[in-house]
Amino acid sequence: MGALTFKRGIHPSHSKDFTEKKPIKIYTPKGDLVFPMQQHIGAPCKPLVKKGDTVLLGQKIGEAQGFVSSPIHSSISGTVKAIQDVLHPNGSKVQAIVIENDGQYTEIDTMIGRDDYKQLSKEELLEIIKEAGIVGMGGATFPTFIKLSPPPDKKIDYIMVNGAECEPYLTSDHRIMLEETDRVVKGLQIILHMFPGAKGVIGIEDNKRDAIAAMEQAVEGIDNISIASLKTKYPQGAEKQLIYSITKREVPTGGLPADVGCIVQNIDTVVAIHRAVLRGRPLMRRIVTVSGGAIKEPQNFKVRIGTSYRELIEAAGGFTEEPSKVISGGPMMGLALFSIDVPVIKGSSSILCLTKDETKVMNERNCIRCGKCVSICPMNLLPADLNKYAIHNEDDLFVQYKGMNCIECGACSYICPSKRHLTHSIRTTKRTIMAKKKK
Amino acid sequence: MTDQYIVSSSPHIRSNESVDRIMRHVVIALLPATVFGIYHFGIRAFIITLICIAACVGAESLYQFLTKRTVTIGDFSAVVTGLLLALNLPHTVPYWLPIVGGVVAIIIVKQLFGGLGQNFMNPALGARAFLLISFTGLMTRWEVDGISAATPLGMIKDGVTDLPSVANTFFGFIGGCIGETSVVALVLGGIYLIAKKIINWRIPVFYIGTVVILSILLGGRGLDMTYVGYQVFGGGLMIGAFYMATDYASSPITRTGQVIMGLGCGILTSVIRIYGGYPEGVSFAILIMNLFVPLIDRFTIPRVFGEVAKNEK
Repeated sequence: MGALTFKRGIHPSHSKDFTEKKPIKIYTPKGDLVFPMQQHIGAPCKPLVKKGDTVLLGQKIGEAQGFVSSPIHSSISGTVKAIQDVLHPNGSKVQAIVIENDGQYTEIDTMIGRDDYKQLSKEELLEIIKEAGIVGMGGATFPTFIKLSPPPDKKIDYIMVNGAECEPYLTSDHRIMLEETDRVVKGLQIILHMFPGAKGVIGIEDNKRDAIAAMEQAVEGIDNISIASLKTKYPQGAEKQLIYSITKREVPTGGLPADVGCIVQNIDTVVAIHRAVLRGRPLMRRIVTVSGGAIKEPQNFKVRIGTSYRELIEAAGGFTEEPSKVISGGPMMGLALFSIDVPVIKGSSSILCLTKDETKVMNERNCIRCGKCVSICPMNLLPADLNKYAIHNEDDLFVQYKGMNCIECGACSYICPSKRHLTHSIRTTKRTIMAKKKK
Repeated sequence: MTDQYIVSSSPHIRSNESVDRIMRHVVIALLPATVFGIYHFGIRAFIITLICIAACVGAESLYQFLTKRTVTIGDFSAVVTGLLLALNLPHTVPYWLPIVGGVVAIIIVKQLFGGLGQNFMNPALGARAFLLISFTGLMTRWEVDGISAATPLGMIKDGVTDLPSVANTFFGFIGGCIGETSVVALVLGGIYLIAKKIINWRIPVFYIGTVVILSILLGGRGLDMTYVGYQVFGGGLMIGAFYMATDYASSPITRTGQVIMGLGCGILTSVIRIYGGYPEGVSFAILIMNLFVPLIDRFTIPRVFGEVAKNEK
């Protein structure tokens, strides 16, 4: 059977050879750990501790505020040094709790695992997941308990685990599938316990043959879980594209995966669910790929949330040359940083330090209407036209040409021979129109 | 904060695609036809070609210099226009004519409308039409080896029966413009462009296909394959279908639109050839369709992924 796929898309070079064969290395932090109160989409958390307090590993230090929010826990034991505004990987300043590490890693005694998760009800499991502060770890950081609570009228028949990892350079999901194979399966089984009628599918791009083989072996004999081999193509890991590849269902415009009976979870998120339920541990760590041409020894690290990017870069041997760009996340959708003095948060999938050659900054030229952006847009939009309407502030035409459907995957900008900032202008216009609507 | 890295919007990596690369591929694709044209029509064809390219590149740089714009001749698009213009001229024209053509193509059709990507009609074709109307005699003097040689389509129009063989028409050993006679050379280049994903197959296939069908239906000779052969191989159809109708700036960007463009060009070409005064309809067919492109694009916005009924599953 051929690999499953969606229509259109692009084939950027993988650049995964830096780290795909590097086993996950556990990194022990040296300096203070910083916990921004905003590590998820939604309302920021309220600090539960004050300066001078002693905190334990696993202790909740930030309380969720509002419905779309998720609590934050300390990943070390130590003393609260300060509560102050810090630079967030997204470039903004947010309130954070700075904790001095006592190096003891003294655990709080409330982290109790449940081997008998099958005795728990869906509501009890959701409560555990919510309290553990689990969010989508692919980068979007949407609270997981909400994703796992679809409206009651939607029948869910697929729980998908997103192991596509289609962003170049990123290998953290790949390594998890190889090294924590059983935890992925267990995590998925826990979710399937909440959705008894659903089938579990783990979608993996076919450039990770070893991961496909490992996962296939792990699910052997499990009736309700299968592995889907996906064609290596960007953006295979975009939620809507992944669902289409596996089920040929299209998530309706403005709709959610649940509208077509699907729930999609990132690999690391599934492992986090496993740890939360079976071991009672809140979300305190994640896997981060530190890579790029400017990094001496690219690595996959298992990191305590709150660790500084600078420390991780140093742990990867530091720079071979001054990077031209530092990116939090993948090169297609990640955010460029102007400083590496930011902490790892729940959504930090990677730190990429790219050389001038890897991330050439090129001048925009006239659109020649070559139509390449049209031929690759996974949403079947007309990026060249949308770009034109965006630049001329023609909001009506922008909406008429369906610009609001853009998933901002970056494929059009990538392919454009005139190096136009298509994704950027479309993204900005989308934001402006949404803001106007709210008024 | 000591470090300062470049901060820009994603994506942070770009492909190697470039305008220069695309234009270079077009030049490469046109080489077989150019070489054949020079071989077939002689040194004059070569000189005309050089003048055309020089005129276009010169006009572009001069205009951009005078209007204080960035000079963009390095993107090869003026070279492509010059080459296309040359291939659309008879080799018998006086040497000043290509200069006029080049200036019209670059300055009037391209730059005055905003330059690369903004022209609403193909510059080379616009210039050709201008020359054809203004200097009809000079533009329709066909010779091969110094002997006047009408094009097969012209002969059919005039009721001449002593036509060259279809095979000669196919390979290009007939009268015509420098680069339009050899079907083999043009198709070879066209396939190259499609293979390199510079153009897609829709416009040429629908264009040529429509001409084939309409020649049978409207030509009045039924399934006379010789006649159809002349219609398809004899005039500017090949160069028009592969290189002119597919001009990025003046052809639709949507897939459906490209099909409509091909169909429209095919219908107009056949109608002009069969019912019109000119023996050849390709140039005007494409130019007329160019005018409809904005309209075609507007009415063929594709169905967005996810545009399905909400309750559908």
